[in-house]
Amino acid sequence: MDAITIAMIVLIAISAIFVLLGAIGLHRFPDVYTRLHAATKATTFGTIFLAVAVIAHGVYSYTKAGAPDQPAYIVLVAHTIVALIMLLLTNPTGAHAIARAARRSGIEPERAVIDDTREVR
Amino acid sequence: MITFLVLFVSMLLLYLLLVAGSGGGDGLLGQLFSYQEIGAAIVLAILTAAIARAMLGKAKNRVMNNPGKLLKAPFMFIVFLFPFFYAMAEANLDVAYRVITGRIRPGIVRIRPKLKTDLGRTMLANSITLTPGTLTVDIDEKSGDLFIHWINVKDTKTDDERIKAVCGSFPAWARRVVE
Repeated sequence: MDAITIAMIVLIAISAIFVLLGAIGLHRFPDVYTRLHAATKATTFGTIFLAVAVIAHGVYSYTKAGAPDQPAYIVLVAHTIVALIMLLLTNPTGAHAIARAARRSGIEPERAVIDDTREVR
Repeated sequence: MITFLVLFVSMLLLYLLLVAGSGGGDGLLGQLFSYQEIGAAIVLAILTAAIARAMLGKAKNRVMNNPGKLLKAPFMFIVFLFPFFYAMAEANLDVAYRVITGRIRPGIVRIRPKLKTDLGRTMLANSITLTPGTLTVDIDEKSGDLFIHWINVKDTKTDDERIKAVCGSFPAWARRVVE
């Protein structure tokens, strides 16, 4: 195995660990807000590593491939970059929308030591 | 006019990124784009910019009307990515620790970052949500106060201490990038 393959395996392993932690957190945490932490953000971080592994694979394969196969790797890298940017934009927005909807429909944060939204309503 | 140009350039870049690899030539440059796709990109970018301009023009957005700041913003944003990813990695390990041990102390706190523009507030709220451990729940549109669900509330006395504990130097960065 060459160095780039090992690097990609390491990146994918890190990604898998964070996604797994997100799934465990989804089961362990008590209410919707804490579960959102686990379900949205640990997985975003994991997906970033996965995307970096795909980009590394694309760039490496581009340099190795023959001329007729090369455009396919350009497409791979470019689309992964677009997917990564879109993920970083939509993921926090979606989490924020769910949390805001939950708070406005009156779901109390469980085991909360402080809740500043209570004074506003 | 500036709004139109900004939209045009960003839509052009997005379209070209999506069709990268369409050229049939030799070498990296020849493989990137075909002439047909570049033509289609220019036409579609003009159309999109013309339609979306009216909507974006309404937003309270000072960056769009200030060419100096407009050129500075993308550059500062790229610089901002480095402290941002560092904070994100650090906070992810913290949340991983809390997932395994189950030691949480949740709560919703109110912070006052004093940002004036919509773009700055959006950027700060999204940065806070992307760093694990903190999640923007709601915003007070008049004062720009953010309500943040915090998975491990630390005791703080003053407002500044609290902002520092929730999101570090992000408000200062948001101000540097877009205000």
